[in-house]
Amino acid sequence: MAEGQVTRELPLDGRFAGGASVSVRPAGAARRVSLRVPAESVAAVSNSLGVELPTRPGASAQAGARAVLWLGPDEWLVIEEGERYPMADLEGAGVLFAAVDVSHRNTAILVTGPAAADVLNAGCPRDLSLETFPVSACSRTVLGKIEIVLWRMADDAFRVECWRSFSDYAFDFLKDATRGQ
Amino acid sequence: MLLIRCPYCEEERPELEFRHAGEAHIARPENIADISDEEFAQYFFYRDNPKGMAFERWRHMHGCGRFFNAVRHTVTDKFVMTYKAGEPKPVLEEPQEGQSAP
Repeated sequence: MAEGQVTRELPLDGRFAGGASVSVRPAGAARRVSLRVPAESVAAVSNSLGVELPTRPGASAQAGARAVLWLGPDEWLVIEEGERYPMADLEGAGVLFAAVDVSHRNTAILVTGPAAADVLNAGCPRDLSLETFPVSACSRTVLGKIEIVLWRMADDAFRVECWRSFSDYAFDFLKDATRGQ
Repeated sequence: MLLIRCPYCEEERPELEFRHAGEAHIARPENIADISDEEFAQYFFYRDNPKGMAFERWRHMHGCGRFFNAVRHTVTDKFVMTYKAGEPKPVLEEPQEGQSAP
């Protein structure tokens, strides 16, 4: 029997684009959960996850290596980049909610640098100024022809969550947008 | 690009995130099995198609995913207001028929 370590391959492994003012690179592996939680269960689910589910539109919350992004009035995306399993943490919540493991449905691209917002605006119609899309803001939106989840992690750092099968398109789009940067 | 206010996201968002979803405030008859073909056709196929203020359903498809209602002027394409699904049809102050473009 063959022995060896199994390593996870991500669809964008090894790719990079950018220049002096922006860099576009794939994010590391993460566990993700699509959460639908009715208002009366929010407190119990927050307790199980160890992160308070943000109820303000477009807000995100973080605790350690885990982030929870508001996507809709009863919908959140959990991103866990550490060693813990959010699905396992949710098991004992004891209230009504829906959680679907979408770890492998999504992959993520990190766009960082002073020109990050400009590069994203090549295909994303959102106003990404700090007044309307401040640090920690997140939302589902569009990039070119695909749907993404955009999360501002710092003034000049964004995380683009896209579906795995669209990741080539998303990366090539952003790569084209970095020309001259 | 048009900016449309999503009543659930509580901010103006670009039109690319939205999809039109037909006329608003159409109630499905509760006795759907008893009504005549003509009455069913009226409910199912016939729409107002006004020139002026139109009450429409929209969906914030690439945002929060929610359906909501909007009042749009069909000549100017201006969104007069948006409101959450299930809220009563608003009464507009301006005349709705034969209105000239603002």
